[in-house]
Amino acid sequence: MTQKAEFDQRVKQALDNPQLRRNFRVTMDGLMEKRDKAFPDKAFLEELRTIGANIRANALARQPELLEQLEANCTRNGIQVHWAETIEQANRIVLDIMERHHATRMIKGKSMVSEEMQMNHFLEAKGKSCVESDLGEYIIQLDNEAPSHIIAPAIHKSKQEVARLFKAKHPDIPYSEDIDTLTRSARQILRRKFHDAEIGLSGVNFAVAETGTLCLVENEGNGRLCTTVPPVHIAVTGIEKVVEKLADVPPLLKLLTRSATGQHITTYFNMISSPRKPGERDGPKEVHLVLLDNQRSRIYGDSELFDSLRCIRCGACMNHCPVYTRIGGHAYGPPIPGPIGSVIEPQKFGLENFGVLATASTLCGACGEACPVRIPLPKLLHRLRYEQVREDRTGATIGQGSQRSGKEALIWKLWSWIHATPLVYRSATRLASLFRNRIPNRIGPWSQVRTTPRIAPKSLHQLAREEGFKHE
Amino acid sequence: MSLTKQYPGKPEKVYFFGTCLIDLLYPQAGLAGMQLIRREGVQVIFPQDQTCCGQPAWNAGYREQAEAVVLNQIRCFPEEYPVVVPSGSCAGMLRNQYPELFRDKPEAQQVERFSKRIFELTEFLVHVLKIELKDLGQPTKVALHASCSARREMDVAGEHEALLQQLENVQLVEQVRKAECCGFGGTFAVKHPDISAAMVADKAQAITDTGADQLVSGDCGCLMNITGHMEHQGVGPKGQHIASFLWERTHDPKS
Ligand code: SF4
Repeated sequence: MTQKAEFDQRVKQALDNPQLRRNFRVTMDGLMEKRDKAFPDKAFLEELRTIGANIRANALARQPELLEQLEANCTRNGIQVHWAETIEQANRIVLDIMERHHATRMIKGKSMVSEEMQMNHFLEAKGKSCVESDLGEYIIQLDNEAPSHIIAPAIHKSKQEVARLFKAKHPDIPYSEDIDTLTRSARQILRRKFHDAEIGLSGVNFAVAETGTLCLVENEGNGRLCTTVPPVHIAVTGIEKVVEKLADVPPLLKLLTRSATGQHITTYFNMISSPRKPGERDGPKEVHLVLLDNQRSRIYGDSELFDSLRCIRCGACMNHCPVYTRIGGHAYGPPIPGPIGSVIEPQKFGLENFGVLATASTLCGACGEACPVRIPLPKLLHRLRYEQVREDRTGATIGQGSQRSGKEALIWKLWSWIHATPLVYRSATRLASLFRNRIPNRIGPWSQVRTTPRIAPKSLHQLAREEGFKHE
Repeated sequence: MSLTKQYPGKPEKVYFFGTCLIDLLYPQAGLAGMQLIRREGVQVIFPQDQTCCGQPAWNAGYREQAEAVVLNQIRCFPEEYPVVVPSGSCAGMLRNQYPELFRDKPEAQQVERFSKRIFELTEFLVHVLKIELKDLGQPTKVALHASCSARREMDVAGEHEALLQQLENVQLVEQVRKAECCGFGGTFAVKHPDISAAMVADKAQAITDTGADQLVSGDCGCLMNITGHMEHQGVGPKGQHIASFLWERTHDPKS
């Protein structure tokens, strides 16, 4: 099946599910409202966005140097740094650490990069158990699903579905639809897992080069447990998450939490700067940082697409996207959905696999307007549309030109010729007006839900002439 | 409505760029736009060689095909007069995307000079002509749909509203999620008809729920989409381009 057909199928599945559509609509409306309320002063918001964009742009501009600094400072702090060019290498690094410790049980905090790596599948195939400890992640793991939103992975499920799922997977706990009860049950189950795990894994929100500090933003406390209870902590992150200095973190954090959930501050903000030191009573004995490239350097090489690396993964672009709201995260396919996913994932996994996502946008601009670090998302989506049909194949994007079809190209050539040649255009419109009643009433899927537009008896060109408007 | 924009004084002559959609499907809207300007004592020139701003090809990723069309448009407007466009979407293309398209090309400067002369119709009426409208129509309730490009790219949703608010007998009613896209998006509606249908259904519902007698928009793409859907379902108010609406309500046929 072509990527388009596969996408269409997933879209259809989502659109045909009324429960799913209601869940998304209600939740996204709520999140948009919360963000709006979190920024009562719009001038302040714009100022903060500029600050955030500059911090991220600056960090990217100096990325190679900052990464070196990060490595040096982490190492000095006792954090072991690993570089992975590919997903395979990153998985391998994690596996090696586990094997070195004869570890079989991993407890995980939320990490989109581990989704990108499909780490759970990889490790499980090697006989390791990986338990998600973020409540949302845990729920979808029970159902063998991928996250549907980057900050709210189980957003597509109603509490009834979750209740049934819990009962099916844990028959010994009493059935309940009460959210507090469900949360308590999950906590009971997970507590044991924290205790037993030999390895704790987390993502990273900001990696501070200046100090070698890993910052982790979370609400449930599971992140803190993952990074302190097991004897070994592994943090995985994309290389673009590096920032220059500690002072850069507060503005970004402010933007992140308010854009994501409207929170002024999260319940937990972890700063990890070293493993347990002699004399300290808790914390892991070893901390590892895995820095994943997976095409990011390639994206980095393009002066325009480069901007997509600014992302701080707040999810606001999804929350505000009218397409995401209708189809939900799973319809997109790759781990990161929504506008930023449609920009970044085709670049990581190839236009030949996910280029269709760039066309699944009206370019309405709601995402770009919401993005706290001012990523010009519509412009980048547009650029990828060009990349997938361009002929010269000189650009850096994987799968460039792969979606070019002879038929479509011919249609646009013809269209271009008509509209670049005034005489031809005028003859064509005159013909269209003349035969307006012979034009079929049904034009494909358009007319399944809309009446077909009618061509006017006289074009504006004609009316303007008749009404005496000069033409030069 | 932005107060930071800079506008020139009232010119003697302007060019009018009609857009291809208006040319073929809604010519009365274009004509109304031209009449509104002419009534203010400004001569309106409609170059007959104009065709389309090139946006369809540009948005589909066919940049080279768009370029040829763009160069033809620029040729049509040689003098330094303002170019008025009755569409947020096409105005956005002419003003913002043209320089983008020709950024590294020899025509870059020429294109940029051209793009600086572009005005969306309602911003031109409000800021340049400082038009004052006298409402001759019956009392009516109107819902406005400002297109995404009018709202975000051109930032003229406020100008749409300001013009409607000048009309004494017009009550402007607000729809829920008024800033949400109607699901047209040019080729999007063709390539992803199911998502587009879901979006337009919600938009049509929101507009119908306002109880408005009429729907007004500054973009014919959205109108074609939303009113097409409402007609198909047999619900909702009739739709009209904002230029036709303003002209009809303020024009005395006897004068
Ligand atoms: S692109 Fe912007 S809005 Fe979207 S997740 Fe990234 S930072 Fe947030």
